[in-house]
Amino acid sequence: MARMKFLCDADRCIECNACVTACKNEHEVPWGINRRRVVTINDGKPGERSVSMACMHCTDAPCSAVCPVNCFYTTADGVVLHSKDLCIGCGYCFYACPFGAPQYPRVGNFGTRGKMDKCTYCAGGPEQDLTKAEYEKYGNNRLAEGKLPLCAEMCSTKSLLAGDGEIIAQIYKERVVKRGYSSGAWGWQTAYRETIAT
Amino acid sequence: MANCAPLRALAALVVLCFIAALSPQAIAQQPSSVNPNAQSVKEGELLKEVQRIQGRGSIPDTKSYVLQQPAGRDWRYFHEVTLRWIGGIAILGMLLVLVAFYLIRGMVRLESGRSGRTLVRFNAFERFVHWMTAVSFIILGLTGLNITFGKGLLLPLIGADAFSDWSLWAKYAHNYLSFPFTIGVVLIFLTWIAGNLPTGNDIRWLREGGGIVGHKHPPAGRFNAGQKLIYWAVVIGGGLMAISGYVLMFPFYETNVAQMQTAQMVHGIVGVLFVAVMLAHIYIGTIGMEGAFEAMGSGDVDVNWAREHHSLWLEKKIARGQVKDAPPPAGRPAPAE
Repeated sequence: MARMKFLCDADRCIECNACVTACKNEHEVPWGINRRRVVTINDGKPGERSVSMACMHCTDAPCSAVCPVNCFYTTADGVVLHSKDLCIGCGYCFYACPFGAPQYPRVGNFGTRGKMDKCTYCAGGPEQDLTKAEYEKYGNNRLAEGKLPLCAEMCSTKSLLAGDGEIIAQIYKERVVKRGYSSGAWGWQTAYRETIAT
Repeated sequence: MANCAPLRALAALVVLCFIAALSPQAIAQQPSSVNPNAQSVKEGELLKEVQRIQGRGSIPDTKSYVLQQPAGRDWRYFHEVTLRWIGGIAILGMLLVLVAFYLIRGMVRLESGRSGRTLVRFNAFERFVHWMTAVSFIILGLTGLNITFGKGLLLPLIGADAFSDWSLWAKYAHNYLSFPFTIGVVLIFLTWIAGNLPTGNDIRWLREGGGIVGHKHPPAGRFNAGQKLIYWAVVIGGGLMAISGYVLMFPFYETNVAQMQTAQMVHGIVGVLFVAVMLAHIYIGTIGMEGAFEAMGSGDVDVNWAREHHSLWLEKKIARGQVKDAPPPAGRPAPAE
């Protein structure tokens, strides 16, 4: 099976936020929640870089390890998903996540968190594939339709890559060789405990 | 219009000459290979300098501007490994000690028997404050332990769905019972502060094992050194639990993820130690000592119990005329004071 990963080529990201918008629209993500976001580092200074970030679907995912009710599971494609039926909204996955991916709709007084929501790699949840119940909780299941995540598919500069880790790493390596520079695969060391040698 | 054409041609010629004049210069200024990354931010260097990479975003959620904070991995180790060891050793260790102590020492008896006369130890308000805090604490303790140990101990027994339902209600109970608990800790602090300041007698009490380990009955005021330790454990431990708990309950009110991780670590460590200390408190207040539960049950204790465990307090009560003094019943040994 493929091991699905995200790779954001920061030298290509133009901070257009189309990935953010596409994700929100595709999955009808609730108000106030962004499964994907673009962060610009050193904004306005020479050498600023923008990185599109969502759940990286980590190897040995920390969110999954700390969940007090074990609501996470990793699919055969290496996608980290969770069950909103089991989630109790405790916030522990958010403390553990290196990428700030888990988010919670605010449902009550104080900081009472609802069921956690995060990027599903467009792969839905534990429900039957492509059902209404799955769509309402997790959004569209593009993987079940044989498609890759929409954020990467419609990236105008092809900065954001999604797909099998080895293939997207190869594409990135070829780019780097051709253009002669690279600012690295952001988040890979933290998420996958590996970098792409360039 | 007709006389515009030569003008346009002239303009084009001027532009062409200009470009021709510039381009060799421009080419000469460009290095053979451009590295636009010469000044760019590097992930590895940023992570080495600071534990989190932060930037600017364009959505209203400002906390999403933190790009990466690998410190979550350390917190994960704490939560999944360190805290379980601390909690397991503290709580099981305390239970073992208490069981062993009960088997060896048994219940601390009233050596002079009961006099049949009682005096008020805790009034209704004090007992209300105690039990409000105690009931909250027990539920908070069990639901808190569920978060750390539940998935290992309870989940395999009752299944994922039932465990999730229980944990959700446990979370609500944990959040809302924090209020009576915190109010109780504040009231305990205010109500009993006067009797819980350290005095010289405390050292002697501790040296003589408080009459619990040995059979001596060192003098003590209204609260002996052991009770003072429990009092300060409740006030300081309860205070730390309340502060760290409310930090977690109000996420991102003046805190970031790193601070919430710290708050959770404080909450976890103090929590399991608190449970261990309270196990000892519950033991000595129930099966560990004859006559002790009455103090918090009915509020009245036997005069002989007071004489054996809180002699200075009884003397003060007698001096004030709040209780009539009488020798211990004949035929029984005098208190070993």
